[in-house]
Amino acid sequence: MARLIRTEKEVEGRYEDVWLVVEEDALDPWPAGPREIVGRPAPRVTGLMRARGEARYTADLRLPGMLHTAVLRSPHARARVKKISFERALGAPGVRAAIGPGDAHVLTDEPGFQGEAVAAVAADSFARARAALRLVEVEWEMLEPLLDPDEAVRRGLLVGEASRYERGDVDKSLAEADVVVEAEFRTQTVLHNAFETHQSICEWRGDALDVYISTQFIWGIRDEVASQLGLPPDRVRVVCEFMGGGFGAKNGAGDHTFIAAELARRTGRPVRCMLTRREESLATGNRNATIQRLTAGARADGTLVALAGEYVNATGWGGWSAPTDGPMRMLYDCENVRTTLSPAKLNTPPMRAFRAPGFVEGTFGLECLLDELAARLDLDPLEIRRRNYADVTGDRPYSSKNLMECYRRAESHWQRREAVRARSEGPWKRGVGLASQVWYGGGGPPSYAWVRVGSDGRATVITAMQDIGTGTATAMTQIAAEELGLPLDRVDLVLGDSARGPYASISAGSSTTPSMGPAVRSAAADAARQIVEIAAQRYDKEERVLSLQGGKIVSADGGSWPLEEVVGLLEDAQILGKGARGPNPTGMQVLTFGVQVAEVAVDVETGEIRVERVAAIHDVGRVINPLGASSQVEGGIIQGIGHTLSEDRLLDPESGTVLTQTLDAYKLPTSADVPEIVTELLDIPDEHLTNLGSKGLGEPPIVPVAAAIANAIRDATGADVRSLPITREEMLRALREAAEKRKEERGAPAAV
Amino acid sequence: MIELRLNGGSYEVEAPVGTTLADALRDDLGLTGTKIACAKGHCGACTVLLDGVPVYSCITLVHTVGEREVTTIEGLREHPLVDAFVRSDALQCGFCTPGQIVAASALVESNPHPSSEEIRHGMAGNLCRCGTYPKIEEAIATWQD
Repeated sequence: MARLIRTEKEVEGRYEDVWLVVEEDALDPWPAGPREIVGRPAPRVTGLMRARGEARYTADLRLPGMLHTAVLRSPHARARVKKISFERALGAPGVRAAIGPGDAHVLTDEPGFQGEAVAAVAADSFARARAALRLVEVEWEMLEPLLDPDEAVRRGLLVGEASRYERGDVDKSLAEADVVVEAEFRTQTVLHNAFETHQSICEWRGDALDVYISTQFIWGIRDEVASQLGLPPDRVRVVCEFMGGGFGAKNGAGDHTFIAAELARRTGRPVRCMLTRREESLATGNRNATIQRLTAGARADGTLVALAGEYVNATGWGGWSAPTDGPMRMLYDCENVRTTLSPAKLNTPPMRAFRAPGFVEGTFGLECLLDELAARLDLDPLEIRRRNYADVTGDRPYSSKNLMECYRRAESHWQRREAVRARSEGPWKRGVGLASQVWYGGGGPPSYAWVRVGSDGRATVITAMQDIGTGTATAMTQIAAEELGLPLDRVDLVLGDSARGPYASISAGSSTTPSMGPAVRSAAADAARQIVEIAAQRYDKEERVLSLQGGKIVSADGGSWPLEEVVGLLEDAQILGKGARGPNPTGMQVLTFGVQVAEVAVDVETGEIRVERVAAIHDVGRVINPLGASSQVEGGIIQGIGHTLSEDRLLDPESGTVLTQTLDAYKLPTSADVPEIVTELLDIPDEHLTNLGSKGLGEPPIVPVAAAIANAIRDATGADVRSLPITREEMLRALREAAEKRKEERGAPAAV
Repeated sequence: MIELRLNGGSYEVEAPVGTTLADALRDDLGLTGTKIACAKGHCGACTVLLDGVPVYSCITLVHTVGEREVTTIEGLREHPLVDAFVRSDALQCGFCTPGQIVAASALVESNPHPSSEEIRHGMAGNLCRCGTYPKIEEAIATWQD
């Protein structure tokens, strides 16, 4: 029976109460450990199509009569359009339409950041659209941009509200602490730079709109477009079959979709709006810079008595305030915690979620501070983390937490540090550091799936989700195959079309697998139940003795029949199973945990840093596909290394314009920068979470990377790096500071 | 009108001067296996071979190709590297993958047993934002298995 409930929904740490219809989640959990298919490595199901260049991404679609768009974006960080004229542009060859401020809500005459959309031209080819764009005449009034986050906070210019969190009495506890450490940490702005740029093709069919889009959330696009254009939601069809990466930047429709929709409406033709790499670097979001002023107080034995943090998010012109203070609130057992978080509104491109937003930045500050504390107290960094282990934070128990087991598994990597240090040679100093990880990743309802079994004994999973490269499609296929007792190659998956499948979760917040997986299992179980019912009648058996195994219907009292024999009876009729995601456990925190141990080499003469090895141990519940999971971990760590050492979206400090708009200036990690990576996933199902016990894995691996590397650098050199990226300049600054500190200590009178 | 020698065949392309090889392949010939991610010769997603030599097709003008044989991913679909990439899970979103495989095919052609260092440096001109590098290295190291 369908049940109407009020439940909590969490995406990336933001909770809201929602009404939901759920069906009973009656399936017994599978026992822990690998099963026939689930828990065993599987190459991804769309791998061959992608590798052979057959997969059609949004970028590869060509609709008949399609026009192309070029977007006029503000060249200034803050300006006003005094006059705009399309006369010359409209007369250019191949131009079909032009729109400006007032013609679509995403076009503005008062841009607040470089790259904000002002006008757009549609033409027969992209080259012609671009040529015509140069003929759009704009008279600008330049305005003074605000670029300093502290100044914005002082003036009260914020994106949304500042937030404040407090438990216990921080001031009193700090006054009573044996030792207090304080430090200011800074993290930079980084760009998602997915390889398929943001893009959409819009085509009107009467009063209905088809949107082909590179997106992380088919259903969110449907709702956003329908609501903005005043259409009933199902008059908007959203399609995304193959998707070239998102990392958080593609959760919304973006300006390009509304520009394409309006130009398509005006021209009566399908219109593509595809961003260039430069536009991608300006207008599609970023992980915003942060300033973190942190304090920790502890007893001499390392027990934390107080944590305090003043956090400033350099949020930019828009976006939301990522929970940079989250790790400080959640990671340790500390009774007295106070944080403030101010999202500064600046004339810089707006932030968007980027792989564990807030927690990547906040973990860098907190976990470096903890190592500075450990160094002051001459304590082992792993030991100080165990000493402050949280069995519970706040009044909500964890649905499962195995971080202590992660620490235990980290020991063998941690014990390498004497040997690693001993390999220091000349100017190259080596060291080992670690950092813990906490993040969300429980997913939630609603999410639905259908499973169709045909007379050929093959099954098809149908759900309108998207696979953004994380391997979710493969995991869903494995889950259905497991439940139906079918070999993996007899299960297909149809996804990517809001008109051709049921509602599916967003691919963000490490939520796709934990949201979709239980729905797919339910749908497959529903189909399996029906097959058993039919088989019982056909073969004159009791239902309870029959099961589906290895593509057969197997009777416990002997006898087995190929699946296609019984479903073949139905000729073209089909078995249809449907499934829904049940609610998350009420009143519990569903979180992921982990620890990473990094080994680095630092050239103390040049400041060059090499990451030589990273061991990643994470607790994300049941692992569906160990092969795909190891790829996710490696990808997260490699992105984390870019964030730590090389990536930086640089601004001109006077004009606020972006200096790093291309992939030669913006330094992504290459194959030559990659360390040895060791992945260990605990694979312990969360017994309170759904019929799978699986959590998400997309984000956890990037969370502790920067702190683990910075702590390894301290171990190698004694220098406290506190600013990302750790360029040679920052490294040499920290080394000089450490040398001065040592000199002072030697020169100072002996401690009392 | 120019003639392109491509994947063992011969094709006529009507392209205005200034058209890149990548655009000619994708827009005029419908060979969308070659991807464009930066359009500036920085990332390698558009890699194709000219007489066996990897080039960035997004910064190669189609009129400069001349008599040279163009090989795209569509011409390498039966190459053992394709299976090796899938088997090793050397792709995530897959947008850079055709370019990676084309570049790798040139690497193993000149050096069938490249060392780890040779792979890492030989492939450094092909970026992958998903971070599949360790699996790409594994795929290339085991391409003949």
